[in-house]
Amino acid sequence: MTSLLQLIVSGLATGAIYALVAVGFSLLWQTSQTINFAQGEFVMVPAFFVLVAMQVFGLHFYAAALVGIGVAVFLLGFLFKRVIVDPMLKHGVLPLVVSTIALSLFMREAVKDFYSSQAQPFPSLVADGEITLLGTVFSTQSLVLLVVAVGVIAALGAFLQRTQLGRMMQATAQNPTVARIVGIDVDRMILYTFLINSVLCAIASILISPIYLAKFTNGETLGLTAFVAAIIGGFNQARGAMLGGLLLGLLDNLCAAYLSAQYRSAIPLLLLVVVILWRPQGLLGRVEERTV
Amino acid sequence: MKPARLISWAAAAIAVAFLLAAPAFLRSYGIYLLALWAVTTIAALGLNLTLGYAGQISLAQGAFVGIGAYVVALMTGAGIPYFIAFVAAGLLTFCIGWCLGYPALRVQHHFLAFVTLAFTTLVFLLLRNEQWLTNGIYGINDIARPTIFGLDLMANGAFYYFALFMLGLFTFAQWWLLRSPWGRAFLALRENPLRAASLGIHVRRYTLMAFAIGSSFGGFAGALYAPLVQFIEPNSFQLTYSLKLLLMVLVGGAGYFVGPFFGAAIDLLLPEWLRFTQGYYLLIYSALVVVLMAVCPKGVVGLLSIAARRIGLSRAGRKAAPADADPLRAPH
Repeated sequence: MTSLLQLIVSGLATGAIYALVAVGFSLLWQTSQTINFAQGEFVMVPAFFVLVAMQVFGLHFYAAALVGIGVAVFLLGFLFKRVIVDPMLKHGVLPLVVSTIALSLFMREAVKDFYSSQAQPFPSLVADGEITLLGTVFSTQSLVLLVVAVGVIAALGAFLQRTQLGRMMQATAQNPTVARIVGIDVDRMILYTFLINSVLCAIASILISPIYLAKFTNGETLGLTAFVAAIIGGFNQARGAMLGGLLLGLLDNLCAAYLSAQYRSAIPLLLLVVVILWRPQGLLGRVEERTV
Repeated sequence: MKPARLISWAAAAIAVAFLLAAPAFLRSYGIYLLALWAVTTIAALGLNLTLGYAGQISLAQGAFVGIGAYVVALMTGAGIPYFIAFVAAGLLTFCIGWCLGYPALRVQHHFLAFVTLAFTTLVFLLLRNEQWLTNGIYGINDIARPTIFGLDLMANGAFYYFALFMLGLFTFAQWWLLRSPWGRAFLALRENPLRAASLGIHVRRYTLMAFAIGSSFGGFAGALYAPLVQFIEPNSFQLTYSLKLLLMVLVGGAGYFVGPFFGAAIDLLLPEWLRFTQGYYLLIYSALVVVLMAVCPKGVVGLLSIAARRIGLSRAGRKAAPADADPLRAPH
């Protein structure tokens, strides 16, 4: 019998992963108006970088994980920004949306054709075990997951709020023109958000793959959930995306247990529709002022 | 007549002649594929109205095709004549489009994209889970091809001409619509909503209208899709299908009247031409789309009109194309 407390903890653990992905997603939107439809694939792919590093180059898991993050930063951060986003920014939002949709297709097919269409087992950070707290049994994996994900988010929050670089990035997100006037290298800041996004995605990938196994279709639901989380929480606030992610993970778990397993994926979407209609700026979002 | 105009009319005439003569020299599968192209183009035409003319990103077109297909499959299965089911599919999707758009169009641009995305997924879940009505994941088999005005459409060739006729009808309907005051209002909305509003155009009502009409095109396309394929299942109408339709419109060229024709053709025929690449087709297609969007975000038709301008065929080509400024850019 799974107790409510167990459901909450495992829900928060999944939610923390969603939050990681959603924060990256909203960072990209804030600084460069990129709606990244390939975000889910950005989470799916790094697991395969890690697997390749382990199998082909025979690295230890932790070393391979670092290599995976590094490759993700270069390919999904740097190259993605330079090769795909930069040439298209001047054309507006829509061509970029289409381009990222095509990119997600490309990544999915590439993994399927060149690695495997089967789900791959993926090593976990810690050995699977159980911990008893307050009379309830928790799996170590979901606790570690929760701790790591929350730690990463807290670190990111501290970086954005407390360091000068973080504040410069925030300024860029809020008002690029004024940021440029006060002497911030806006293009460099935008590049940094892309790098940070790829790191977040890679970490999410390493955390979630032991549970879901590494498979080329993993990105579909993850990407969708990340959008929903980002919008529910507030598209223009990193805090909002975190809240949205945690909320969705929690809801998803509780709904599956208490309401209907068949319609569990409908609940976040209904919530999304309600939030968009009732508070389009998101639960924690600011109203965006638009110039005529 | 300007040479560019002459050439495009000649090209259109050749295309129509080819489509009419096609069954004479194509095998059964080729004819089926062309019929599918005609049906898909109708759905893409509708999406082009919403996206290219009214400037709203919709990810629900696939769901509307699905609704239309299920309405026809269920109604004709219950013995109701095809003609009535066909009209019902269009009307129902028009109404759903209106009801969806009414609240959704309060928010625009990327938000509308997400609301319609949610709608598509919800429709898929309903189709999959409500087994008593839709037969769940097993789908509906053996959908009969109709007999209309005494014409039996059972053969591929006959159904192809029916689909082609319908495509002609909807093409004409849209052409007429875009030249009517309504169509002008749609264009005005896309180019400059504020100015349109100041000229007394009721922005929300017209956007809603474009969205609902675009949706009903999807429903009608679905009503043709069901008897063409003769088998429908929820999986065919997942989000992927809506994304595919969106890709078609943009690859063809959003806001160009002939864009959807090209987009649908590329999407359906490319897999056949690239068959020699075996499993790598999607890989190649997606890479091509990324490159196309980087080189020319106005799609294939945009590319053609630029090419025409380059070689000096039309100095007035600019007039035929949508305004150079991108109407769908971020609202900043």
